[in-house]
Amino acid sequence: MEISIAVLLAGIAATAAPLVLAALGETLSEKAGVINLSLDGTILLSAMTGFAIAAKYDSIAAGFAAAAGTGMLVALVLAIISIWLGQSQVAVGFALTFLCRDLAYFLGAPFARIPGPQLSGLPIPLLADLPFFGPILFNHSIIVYSSFIAIPLLWWFMYHTPQGLIMRCAGENPEGCWAHGIRPRVVQTIYTLAGGALVGLAGAAFSLATKPGWGRPQGCEGVGWIALALVIFGGWHPLRVAFGAYLFGFLQMLGILLQDSFPAIPAQIFQVAPFPLMIFTLVLVHLGRNSKGNKLFLLRLLSGTPPGGLGKNYRPS
Amino acid sequence: MNMPLTSRFSTNILQFFGIMTLAAGAVCLLLFMLDLSPTSIAGAMAAGSFTSWLKFSQILSIWVPLLLCSCGLLFTFQAGLWNIGIEGQVVMGAIGATILLRLPEGVLPPTITIILSLITACIGGGLWGIFAGVLKNRGGVNEIFGGLGLNFVAQGIILYLIFGPWKRDGIASMSGTDIFSRELWLTTPTGWRVAPAALGLGIFIFLLSWFLLNRTRFGLRVKAVGINARAAQLFHIKPERYGLMAILVGGAMAGLAGGLQVTGVYHRLIPAVSSGYGYLGLLVVMLANYKALPVPLIALFFAWLAAGSIQLPIMLQIDSSLSGVIQGACVLSALLVHGLRKKKGAR
Repeated sequence: MEISIAVLLAGIAATAAPLVLAALGETLSEKAGVINLSLDGTILLSAMTGFAIAAKYDSIAAGFAAAAGTGMLVALVLAIISIWLGQSQVAVGFALTFLCRDLAYFLGAPFARIPGPQLSGLPIPLLADLPFFGPILFNHSIIVYSSFIAIPLLWWFMYHTPQGLIMRCAGENPEGCWAHGIRPRVVQTIYTLAGGALVGLAGAAFSLATKPGWGRPQGCEGVGWIALALVIFGGWHPLRVAFGAYLFGFLQMLGILLQDSFPAIPAQIFQVAPFPLMIFTLVLVHLGRNSKGNKLFLLRLLSGTPPGGLGKNYRPS
Repeated sequence: MNMPLTSRFSTNILQFFGIMTLAAGAVCLLLFMLDLSPTSIAGAMAAGSFTSWLKFSQILSIWVPLLLCSCGLLFTFQAGLWNIGIEGQVVMGAIGATILLRLPEGVLPPTITIILSLITACIGGGLWGIFAGVLKNRGGVNEIFGGLGLNFVAQGIILYLIFGPWKRDGIASMSGTDIFSRELWLTTPTGWRVAPAALGLGIFIFLLSWFLLNRTRFGLRVKAVGINARAAQLFHIKPERYGLMAILVGGAMAGLAGGLQVTGVYHRLIPAVSSGYGYLGLLVVMLANYKALPVPLIALFFAWLAAGSIQLPIMLQIDSSLSGVIQGACVLSALLVHGLRKKKGAR
């Protein structure tokens, strides 16, 4: 099969867009010290609400808004039970994962396999006609552009604004935060909600753009776990996390391309393969980072440490 | 902690009813909003489950793997580990059992083959558990992500085997490998849906788990590591070693569940052999507040929900995922109630 690099890269940018949004959302809440383990369920539930609302009111914008709202709502439940009531973030997140998943299938049953609206492409005039870069960067739907913009925006916010500093402080050292007269739990709640909204958008990006429609299975099952792993192995840095998301998009595209070249191997293998491959790439990077001595440049680039207060619920004394 | 035993017991019972009322209330509210009647749904789910042995034994056939997974998880939770890799351990157990069950006929007597296959199932699951444990100890990979990655790998391996070396004569398909010969099935009397041997094994493993955790030095050390790894170290208990032992025992029990599914339920290896019982087991143990005694009852309740929900699409045109919604609501309510109680206690 003849395929140009530009088409391949454009395909990766489009397929990875929801994953980029979800992983960035999780980065936001984890940087503030809160693990939102419910990603896989949240993405499904918001994909369902996004599609259902968009189909019912025939408005894509309403769909995206509803999906973001759903993500925030799930994050709010997590924030109340873990941050404010002191229960384990992992436990609450895990319970939410399964509750949201089944809730999505249960409530979404009437919307399964019905035609619905779908986000159309929005080529940027002039720029889209550029050779090579045009199709890669400027011939997409609005959600893909959002994923492009979100990466530098989040990086800038986290490392170059006072609010970003406060947010990182709440994640690194809540006690210090408290001593400076900032209430860490309020800060954590805000960024958990904001992260949840991004994850919700990722859900709608699946059901309204990347894998349009709703059904059981929808096709985005398992992506939430990948997003969670990306944040950890991407060292809690938005740029590295986004890089990981594109790497996963590349593996998925590779699976689709190789499927045609190797008809003897069942298609199911190619659908599942990117997941273990991704995890193992990440583990290798991680192991390489831990071994002392000659660190490769690439590995040094990818190293990071978790926020000091990650996963611990702060209790003001 | 200094409360008299009876009062602590009644507080726990009271708390349990509080959790259940909260969960039931939330689910009923949801159903009312959707214009569905909770009573007719409950009726459809309960129909015959406690009057007909056939139906009840079907519930038991879900109860056995769920109980085994939950027992395994008790060990890892007590050691302070989140063994999310349990799904993969169930799958590897099923694969381990299938290796022996696929031996050419006449190599070993059937009964011996079945017994050995259950042992290889334990080994398969246990090794997969150890794998996640080693990744954590040596590689510094959090057990949640190591476990998840290994789940995907196990899924890849089982698909490869079913579509590759172990494919059915002629066509490979998602329906699994060829069915084993009848001598290799666990005996299931007519009118039963669960093999008595599997049932007995499930109950035995539960009693064993309770005994190991509450009456042996091993259990005490596992708990010590879970409560405070650093303090345990001062008593010359190596946290890494006990964590690894806990995940080995837990993985072996999950593997046994996989082996029993293969030889007792499906009589072949299928891609969805774990049926999500591992993940469901995590919810069971969380609802049991990580204690052994309530586990069989909660597992029975969850198994009843799972079995009953199969009827829903046929009888009421309602999606069967309602059972998952109820299970999730129960666990979330439990977390909420425990949290509220903790908050009250802190004041």
